[in-house]
Amino acid sequence: MEFGYYPGCALHGSSNEYEASLRACMNTLNVELCELDDWICCGATAAHALNHMLSIALPARNLAIAERDGLNEVFAPCPLCSMELHKARKSLADDQALQGQVSEIVESPVTGQTDVLNLIQVFQRIGTERLAARVKRPLSHIRAACYYGCLLTRPPKIVQFDNCEHPTSMQDILKSLGAEVVEWGSATECCGAGLTLASEDVVLELSHRILTDAAASGANCIVTACPMCHVNLDMKQADVERRWNAHHDMMVYYLSDLVGLALGLDEQELGIARHFVVTDPAERDASHAANFSTSTTEEQNSCLE
Amino acid sequence: MLSQASSALVTCYQCGKCTAGCPVAERMDLSPNQILRLVQLGQEEKAIRSSGIWLCVSCLTCVARCPKSLGCAAAFDMLREKAVREGKVNASQHRVVLFYREFLKNVRKNGRLHEADLVGRYKLLGFAKDFRVHLLLKDATLAPRLMRRGRFSIKAQPMRDLGIVERIFQRCAQPTNATDDSVVTSEETV
Repeated sequence: MEFGYYPGCALHGSSNEYEASLRACMNTLNVELCELDDWICCGATAAHALNHMLSIALPARNLAIAERDGLNEVFAPCPLCSMELHKARKSLADDQALQGQVSEIVESPVTGQTDVLNLIQVFQRIGTERLAARVKRPLSHIRAACYYGCLLTRPPKIVQFDNCEHPTSMQDILKSLGAEVVEWGSATECCGAGLTLASEDVVLELSHRILTDAAASGANCIVTACPMCHVNLDMKQADVERRWNAHHDMMVYYLSDLVGLALGLDEQELGIARHFVVTDPAERDASHAANFSTSTTEEQNSCLE
Repeated sequence: MLSQASSALVTCYQCGKCTAGCPVAERMDLSPNQILRLVQLGQEEKAIRSSGIWLCVSCLTCVARCPKSLGCAAAFDMLREKAVREGKVNASQHRVVLFYREFLKNVRKNGRLHEADLVGRYKLLGFAKDFRVHLLLKDATLAPRLMRRGRFSIKAQPMRDLGIVERIFQRCAQPTNATDDSVVTSEETV
């Protein structure tokens, strides 16, 4: 199995442990990733907020490279990137004149015919039966709150993936690996995305709500497939705790971390040790059972109103 | 004479689902549906000066829920572009605009994000505007903590072909009346 691969800036930058994690899984599963040659930044939020044509041209340049090199499907593990690729793809596919205009801007023919896949879709392609058959260490200690964030399932007309209000694709994969999943209400609530620096207070509040809801729903970890979400829930967890006087102690895994663990890979090669919050979900269960305090829960839950 | 944006929003019947689903609506000076209402009424001038358009986290909940398949995303993008182009950005949100502008300048230089450079410039330029020392100095320990985890690179990792990057940016460049000091004072907002 082979896919074109668009890592994006985060995976080659401060979220490179996510790349380590997914590459370790893909190697084990014999999935080849062909990184797009000399890919360009997708423009993320900044481009679409400030310059409409640029927000199409930057991802279109990557789609053009994929088309030129015969890569019909591109795996983009960062949903901000995959959203920009999807939007460009959609705008181009419906509009021949735009195809001409953008092809000139990016100096390469682009029609928008390339399919874009997220991490969950790649695991779906591999198939839950195949994954289940290769499990070496069932995830029996995991009780996961599957956190999709915003851009994996919205807007439905563009991504055409799962259900945007009650997604289940991540749960299906984790269940096939022996994990338990929880029902909770914040699966698609925004964490604040790329505004970590510029609107930190917004990110801290939104992330606090998500972390609180995961715990209140009985999860001993959160699982995500987005590097921005991971940063806001993991790297910023200590800041969230300070700002909201809370104690979350919540492990935030990438989906590929758990798939890798189930397949027998170790925490080092999956980059799990390089997260900010490194805790054992099983230990969390034990310590929280011992220290259960109603007042803390009420205080934390009041922010959910 | 109604603008193209106003025509595009003609089917919005102000049901408010966008506002109901918006995670940051409570923080906005005007709610998402109110901002669209201004556009419908040809009052973009007020809309572009709002804080709401910059508090928007681009979560697309409004788009997913709009019964008329509209949502606020496209309209807000247009308003944001216009606000910067005309130099009428809500002062309280100057850091958001600064971040987006520095992000694009950074990408223009390297083809890919050079995080260390972006954060450094954002922090310094933000401080030069609002003198908030706390914002300048916090996160100072983040670089070493990321470095310990092998997740930080002081050096850029640029693309090979930087010429194409520059040419794409030039071809997409928009005329603007904005200077770098493109904010409006709070007295001038709605």
